[in-house]
Amino acid sequence: MTDVHDVIIIGGGPAGYTAAVYAARANLAPLVAEGFGAGGQLMLTTDVENYPGFQDGIQGPTLMHHMREQAERFGAQLVQSDVTKVDLSTRPFRVWIDDEEHRARSVIIATGATARWLDLPSESRLRGFGVSTCATCDGFFFKDKHMVVVGGGDSAMEEALFLARMASQVTIVHRRDEFRASKIMVDRALANDRVHVRWNAEVEEVLGGEKVEAVRVRDTVTGEHEDIPAAAMFVAIGHDPATSLFAGQLDLDEGGYVVTDGTRTSVEGVFAAGDVQDRVYRQAVTAAGTGCMAAMDAERWLEAHPASAGEAGEEPAGALASRKD
Amino acid sequence: MADDLLEITEDNFQGTVLENEKPVLIDFWAEWCGPCRMVAPVVEQIAKDRPDSLVVGKLNVDENPAIAQRYNVHGIPFLGLFENGQLARHAVGAMPKAQLERALGLD
Repeated sequence: MTDVHDVIIIGGGPAGYTAAVYAARANLAPLVAEGFGAGGQLMLTTDVENYPGFQDGIQGPTLMHHMREQAERFGAQLVQSDVTKVDLSTRPFRVWIDDEEHRARSVIIATGATARWLDLPSESRLRGFGVSTCATCDGFFFKDKHMVVVGGGDSAMEEALFLARMASQVTIVHRRDEFRASKIMVDRALANDRVHVRWNAEVEEVLGGEKVEAVRVRDTVTGEHEDIPAAAMFVAIGHDPATSLFAGQLDLDEGGYVVTDGTRTSVEGVFAAGDVQDRVYRQAVTAAGTGCMAAMDAERWLEAHPASAGEAGEEPAGALASRKD
Repeated sequence: MADDLLEITEDNFQGTVLENEKPVLIDFWAEWCGPCRMVAPVVEQIAKDRPDSLVVGKLNVDENPAIAQRYNVHGIPFLGLFENGQLARHAVGAMPKAQLERALGLD
């Protein structure tokens, strides 16, 4: 691989695709490594009701499909492969996509976050047999059964409400005595006849031989145990940033998030956008917003740091010229 | 989605999967499953890498619920590797190629 790209974007969610739209329109011909998780967390959702511009809501996968096509229309090169390694200590930066080396003068990290598990042995043993982090994928298998949702944030409410359409009953298990979810989601969940809440309870074990039969919880106030009979347990306790590729090469905070100033990271020429650097908002629209910012920041940085003589001859000048019309 | 992969149904399951001399990898999926869309290109690549040694097919769980039930599939994407008529190994959930190959013992 001899071409040096102006920018490689790592990640195929709202942040990565928005960065790709902006970078492509700035004639930077971005290479986007979408990863096997192309589409990101929105691929696991159904109705997205809070993305501006869609007054009746839009399906998460449809929204991602639109963003992807939009990036492609302006000339972003999208590859559905994973980045296996990066080297941010050399210039140009080196990025291995499916073990093939690519080089770039700037990098935008938009690898997002992945669902967190409880980390119980019984949970991993029964994964796929009633334990899941994806209600829209697996709720179908438990029609008219009792299901448990673990968590207290917006995604827990969303999962519970989605599952309530098909479950005989949904019990939300939450370790505190109030939810941290937004008021509108809490009100909706509590107003649903099929949704019940087990407050102040921590999951200790998932019971069942070949499939989930019950969820054993411990009351955090009384210390007493209770087995909640259930055919499924959906875990919605938050997400962890996908930053293992960058450990030791970039400043990460104690939670593993990329430390940013605006979208700039601790390495000049490397920018980060979306959930990978956002421990506060974590919305599709904020991911898209920071994706835009990262592309604009990368463009400005590239302007201020022209390719060195060694790289200049390898710039894809033809590609740039042909996109000017 | 994968048009070049075998479509496994309740009608051809016995002959194509259980009585196949070669190992058969089945991707249990459904239209409404986002991660199934995510893992589909990975499964296609696994098929392309092993044109002679592995048979790869897709089974729609909406249309073929009995097979999904028989193998206790309660989460998709469910990638099941069948050998000599038995479900030998499986993996659940979308994951990168290397990880999936490891989980199925194909590496």
